[in-house]
Amino acid sequence: MEILDLASIDRDFIKAVEEESGQDISLCYQCGNCTAGCPYAFAFDIPVHQIMRLIQVGQKEEVLRSHAIWLCATCETCTTRCPRNIDVARVMDTLRIMARREGMVSEAGIRRFHDDFLDSVKRHGRVYEVGLLLKYNLQSGRPFADAELGPKLLGKGKLHYFPENIKGVGAVKEIFERFAKKRGL
Amino acid sequence: MRIGVFVCHCGTNIGGTVDSHQVAEEAKQFPHVAYSTDYLYTCSEPGQQEIQQAIKEHNLDGVVVAACSPIMHENTFRRTIERAGLNRYMFEMANIREHCSWIGEDKEANTRKAIELVRMAVAKVANNVHLHPSYFDVNKRVLVIGAGVAGMQAALDCAEGGLDVVLVEKKSSIGGRMAQLDKTFPTVDCSICILGPKMVDVGQHDKIKLYTYSEIEDISGYVGNYTVKIRRKATYVDWAKCTGCGLCMEKCPSKKAFDYHNEGVAYTTAINIPFPQAIPKKARIDPKYCRQFTKGKCGVCAKVCPVGAINYEMEDEIITEEVGAIIVATGYGLMNIEELGEYGAGRYPDVITGIQYERLLNASGPTQGHIVRPSDGEEPKRIVFISCAGSRDLSLGRPYCSNFCCMYIAKQAILTRDHIPNSDVYVFYIDIRAPGKGYEEFVRRAQEEYGAQYIRGRVSRVYPRGRHMIVKGVDTLLGTQVEVDADLVVLATAATCAPGAEELAEKLRISYDGYGFYIESHPKLRPVETNTSGIFLAGACQGPKDIPASVGQGSAAASKVLALFSKDKLESDPQIAQVDESRCIGCLKCAETCPFGAIEERELRDGRIVARVIETVCQGCGLCTATCPPGAIQLQQFTDNQIIAEVEALCQAWKERSSG
Amino acid sequence: MKGDRYAYFPGCSQKGTAVEYGISSRKVAEALGVELVEIEDWSCCGATPAHTVDRLLSGALAARNLATAEKMGLATLVTPCPACLVASKNALELAQDDESLKELNELLDLPFKAEIQAKSLLQIIFEEVGVDALAQKVKKPLKGMRLAPYYGCLLTRPPERAQFDDPENPISIDRILEALGAEVPDFPFKTECCGAAFGLPKRDMVLTLSGKILDMAQQIGADGIVLACSLCQQNLDLRQGQINSHLGTNFEIPIFYITQMIGLAFGFSSKEMGLDRHAVHPDKLLKKWEEKLKE
Repeated sequence: MEILDLASIDRDFIKAVEEESGQDISLCYQCGNCTAGCPYAFAFDIPVHQIMRLIQVGQKEEVLRSHAIWLCATCETCTTRCPRNIDVARVMDTLRIMARREGMVSEAGIRRFHDDFLDSVKRHGRVYEVGLLLKYNLQSGRPFADAELGPKLLGKGKLHYFPENIKGVGAVKEIFERFAKKRGL
Repeated sequence: MRIGVFVCHCGTNIGGTVDSHQVAEEAKQFPHVAYSTDYLYTCSEPGQQEIQQAIKEHNLDGVVVAACSPIMHENTFRRTIERAGLNRYMFEMANIREHCSWIGEDKEANTRKAIELVRMAVAKVANNVHLHPSYFDVNKRVLVIGAGVAGMQAALDCAEGGLDVVLVEKKSSIGGRMAQLDKTFPTVDCSICILGPKMVDVGQHDKIKLYTYSEIEDISGYVGNYTVKIRRKATYVDWAKCTGCGLCMEKCPSKKAFDYHNEGVAYTTAINIPFPQAIPKKARIDPKYCRQFTKGKCGVCAKVCPVGAINYEMEDEIITEEVGAIIVATGYGLMNIEELGEYGAGRYPDVITGIQYERLLNASGPTQGHIVRPSDGEEPKRIVFISCAGSRDLSLGRPYCSNFCCMYIAKQAILTRDHIPNSDVYVFYIDIRAPGKGYEEFVRRAQEEYGAQYIRGRVSRVYPRGRHMIVKGVDTLLGTQVEVDADLVVLATAATCAPGAEELAEKLRISYDGYGFYIESHPKLRPVETNTSGIFLAGACQGPKDIPASVGQGSAAASKVLALFSKDKLESDPQIAQVDESRCIGCLKCAETCPFGAIEERELRDGRIVARVIETVCQGCGLCTATCPPGAIQLQQFTDNQIIAEVEALCQAWKERSSG
Repeated sequence: MKGDRYAYFPGCSQKGTAVEYGISSRKVAEALGVELVEIEDWSCCGATPAHTVDRLLSGALAARNLATAEKMGLATLVTPCPACLVASKNALELAQDDESLKELNELLDLPFKAEIQAKSLLQIIFEEVGVDALAQKVKKPLKGMRLAPYYGCLLTRPPERAQFDDPENPISIDRILEALGAEVPDFPFKTECCGAAFGLPKRDMVLTLSGKILDMAQQIGADGIVLACSLCQQNLDLRQGQINSHLGTNFEIPIFYITQMIGLAFGFSSKEMGLDRHAVHPDKLLKKWEEKLKE
């Protein structure tokens, strides 16, 4: 086990998380309720309460590079049950945004899924489910994943082979573009 | 006038950021100042001697001390000047510590402000007049509200000290929470065995007048002379006749009444004596369940009662008692378990509270001390305790620690293993709080000798699977989720203020915090006093506390009352409101605003109506002064003229400064 | 309330994998006199992916629909989809801050005032229509059906945002099903998470979590699960075969939308309610029910 140099506490990171999430991280007294109730904890590399603790001791890299923050599905169990009134799910969301910004995303697949999803929205105004599925699976190098679901959907009016764009597709695209411009992306 | 000014350094507390010497020098220029000096610790013995000496040498007739808050030392210095022959009200304190040195770091600005504060105080003393206290009689009877262990201790100590005690208890028996407990920590004494003798003493003491099943209706008056109206609630049983034989309970056909003493883990009969050791051991009818009341016919108890004590027509009765002091010992309540939805509390019968578990453990409880699951009456083999269930919980509005749960969980863990040796006991905790004598050792025993499995972490969810309750939690020391397949789950639910605590506080005119616990006069130095003179606190009504602390406070409150009553006459503070009858227009707006009911209407000989202040009731708050349209009512020592003189002195200082 | 008009936001999946949720929602609303006016040319709310990118982007995508509804003069946006509901509520919450509202408007073509409110269709049915009114319309009670009510994670959590039902023990679906004549056992996993949107990127996680829910439903002897979320339905129904091969189980538990069950009880045919579009066919249960009705 490595020794954690307590002088390495990154106070700017703590402040940034607090400002962007609107949550007071020092409220956390490490009861562990967030971890106890998390349905995804079994897949986490770092349990939620330790993510909170790592923020308290300003360990930016370790937090932002964790897989856990990407495996959180924002189910709000932690937020609902936190006895300290911390919106933990909101903190996790904030960490994902920060990890993206800092180029520290450890779960490339999930990021790509999110990107593909939004790309579909940007192109068509709505999510084109078939296109999203195909594109995602192709890029993941497993084109036949979920192929067995096809017959379950076929002939039930659930699959559309061609995207249907909404009329205001331009306005949606504008939202993305104005957003990119505003954030200087 | 010849005023002396004494500026304190308070070591570096003031001296660090205020130039006390300069303040004293500047003060020499103020009108009426005949002497001014500074000293390292003015409150010390030599500091006080210097004041007394200066009064004599310089013939002073008014004194200003610039130091800390008057809350700390006003009385000290008033006595100092009194010893030198001055009237104690010819004195003012300028607070240059809390109001000045402690709140700013700019020494120059602080010094300037200190000078201004002293200047105001000097102007005030120059306008002060001699005030003299008056004296009034004390009624040396004491009212104790609440007959749990704290109230009983207070009542017994007062009675042993020779006082007449009126003891009022809401429930039909005395004993309080402690009477519900099985054992006490850390000695594992049988609770009722050590409480019982005290209960008997209270019941038999000829100095204690006991009103059980009674509540405070109204309180008026002031220290030394309170008038208390007590509501004796209808029990529908004539207690003068009732022998406590219990025949009515045996025959009562309504057997599904809520059992308060057993916290609802069992039913009782509609007419009942709450527990075998009850004092007084008298029956009471619960009209919510009694068939005579709900269905209009039954009458079984009336038929079987051998002494004819049943009276369905009984009504509440209001009794008036006169006392000189009051001890409040109303104890605590417990949060509603249903607030803990994630634990299925209130929905699943095998999720219970600590106090309910205590009743299951109790040999005189509904199961004769056999631990059984409420759902099916089976003996549980795997029992999970969850601490901080609703305590230290901001989301439920209770950030405070409930004080005694860590210890009673350890006790219940030990008792569980005693009762069911092959059981598994799990305790989920966040922190263990065991600071009392022998407490830490006791918690260790639960783990080391009794093998209770302590898990550091909180439980997120409890849900049923088949006949078991699945407890889903975390072990934060391991950093892993944990699950236990339990037979019974016990929640250490948060302690709250007693039901109705706020309403009682309003009647008593004492303060309470945001959670309904009563506020003591000083958290360290006046722990059993309130800010209303003559009213004292004991036990958990002030905040959750365990038995030894409650008993300690009961005795402490009693000693305060005995000290108060050691004088035959009490001195009344002359700093109260006074009506200038020639200016009063009789609108009585003052009477409406007075929070103490200290102003009454008075008719003068010429038929004119004016306000009159009842000296002993007035607390000197000044609300009436601010209300009075013609300014006819003035608070002595804070008259309009005195306050205006201070403001003028401040304006003068600013004027001089701005003109350079 | 009967006669009220609501801005209806179906959400993308109602046009695709959850087409039967959309159809049954519309038919049931009509039968209840709840007028749903579809938001003109609505676009995707941004769902989960948007809020991991940026709150402002996420807010703006949802706000476009809210702004259109405001322009249509409607006071309440109603959606059957919990994810769309949360996206809408988050946008409205963000807009409480004047500076953020200004930023949102900078990204939008339409003016967004954030004066509208957002509710789920379930909330409208439960609170505005009420179970008594529902019960009066029942023609074919769901006799003999033992149905597990399932709410998932977002409908009632966190309570500050949801402002609906109880976060730990919600009862709206329970009460509705009871009003329809079904038997509703206590379902301990009614608010557990099904795996949400991880179907594509983390399929195994979905299979594990959804498998637990199916397992609990089986343990309490439920004939089916009734829910109000298209993503939950997809995970539990469409992927039930995958769950079985992943966990070695043989679940065959039909998964219904609450609107489908209301419709069945109101006398709509199972085809009208789109029950034939499910992956796990409810034929066995329907047959048992028909027989029970004849008794």
